[in-house]
Amino acid sequence: MVDATPKLSVRELSVLYGDKVALDGISLDVLPNEIFGIIGPANSGKTSFLRALNRMEEFDTNMTVRGTILFEGQDISAVRNVYALRRKVGVVFPLPVGLPMSIYENVAFAPKLAGIKKKAQLDDIVERCLTRAALWDEVKDRLDALGSLLSGGQQQRLTIARALSQEPELLLLDEFSIAVDPVTTMRIEDVLKELKDEITIVLVTNLVQQARRLADRTAFFLESELVEVAETEELFTGTVKDQRTRDYVEGRFG
Amino acid sequence: MSMFARTTLDQQNRRVEWLVKTLFLMMTVLLIVPVVLIMGILIQRGAPVLSWGFLTEVPTNGMTAGGIFTALIGTVWIVTVALIASVPIGVAAAVYLSEYAPDNWLTRAINLAIINLAGVPSIVHALFGLGAFVVFFGFGRSILAASLTLAVMTLPIVIVATRESLQAVPHAFREACWNMGATRWQTIRKVVLPNSISGILTGVILEVSRTAGETAPIMFTGAAAFLPFLPQGVLDQTMAMSLHLYVVSTQVPDVPDALPFGVALVLISMVLVMNATSIAFRVYLRNKRKW
Repeated sequence: MVDATPKLSVRELSVLYGDKVALDGISLDVLPNEIFGIIGPANSGKTSFLRALNRMEEFDTNMTVRGTILFEGQDISAVRNVYALRRKVGVVFPLPVGLPMSIYENVAFAPKLAGIKKKAQLDDIVERCLTRAALWDEVKDRLDALGSLLSGGQQQRLTIARALSQEPELLLLDEFSIAVDPVTTMRIEDVLKELKDEITIVLVTNLVQQARRLADRTAFFLESELVEVAETEELFTGTVKDQRTRDYVEGRFG
Repeated sequence: MSMFARTTLDQQNRRVEWLVKTLFLMMTVLLIVPVVLIMGILIQRGAPVLSWGFLTEVPTNGMTAGGIFTALIGTVWIVTVALIASVPIGVAAAVYLSEYAPDNWLTRAINLAIINLAGVPSIVHALFGLGAFVVFFGFGRSILAASLTLAVMTLPIVIVATRESLQAVPHAFREACWNMGATRWQTIRKVVLPNSISGILTGVILEVSRTAGETAPIMFTGAAAFLPFLPQGVLDQTMAMSLHLYVVSTQVPDVPDALPFGVALVLISMVLVMNATSIAFRVYLRNKRKW
């Protein structure tokens, strides 16, 4: 790692929905230009972690976030312009969400929000982002078609193109392959490996092997707690300390 | 005996199945009987008086002859002004309730108020309109007072229809926009409203047919039994179709039998045309459905 300052520095982060604890006091660092994997069974707090990173509690009166999250050293709870924060953080959801507008508009949406108006510049962004998301060749002749009517795998790549159009510093992926065929999954994984050079990626995945293929380091979440963070290879070669991690990775529960 | 042979229990189930289906079918048929009868009688007895002149001439001979032009135009005035008042308020309120309002006691109280507003009898609205718009605000008996009364009465229709169509837009679309750094309003304007406009328009059209047909609320507030001329502005009184029907049916002696049926037929046709438009529009937009 060239830059030693963590991209994300999370300390004692808790997320509650009402009085139900979804994430209980976790602390971890995400380094620049790494793919940081998060594995763990359902309801272990993985998605809540991502939501907290983007301050989604502001859209959910039921959600409470405690603890601190430093984004490049800045406490995000002190960020006044939360919209600018969210533009720096791209999010990809488990189920593909092609917005009900044209493919072009889907990708041009965020740049337009950021104030870009020139057609040529937007064209450029749309082509670049779709290309990087490995979708350009399939849709370049029908950019006016509805994004929400693409196939699931295409929509998920569209979602990634859209996230990239924000020119994010940080890309959050939440079980992106859950509704995507294996071929598309592999293509997206290749995209992620290339993107790593430019941005930092947090990859929440239900597929343990996907974390192994992609992540530099991996965190294991269990029952709202962070069990441990380790170099991914350590996690899979059995040199980790915690028996629960070993059991999960080897498929004994989860 | 085959493995698929009917047992006694199977036979019993089949009988019950047939019975239930037939019973429900009969209830459904019963439902359309009044509609068919109303339309049939209206057409049979009202159609003879219909003519271009009936629509374009003013009533004459103490409303026993002539046409319904003044009432027809009066209803258009009343409906238009009522829509101008209620649609912006209703849509804005629905957007707030659906997209902004936190789930607290105030929101719940407002929702309860809307339901109650929908349940208030129209005669009570009429008296409210008389007190509030005619007397208190001093609009007098006028199109403005009548339309505002109708606007208050039909607000729940617009609010409920709008809110439902807003909520039919998947929540995931909103989350996607918020995560890209869009504000709530940007999300509403770019994604939520464009995809719920068909439902909103359907609500508005329903409101139009309701507004056109109401009699009690306009009787005390701005509609006149007979006026020989058209209204010149919103502070004038006017004739209206619904009140005209009431008057020629019950208040005027020696009206030809067919005349009230003709008036009713025109009124119901207006409403049906509006409803048909609404349905056609809905089908058209559903075919263009975007997700």
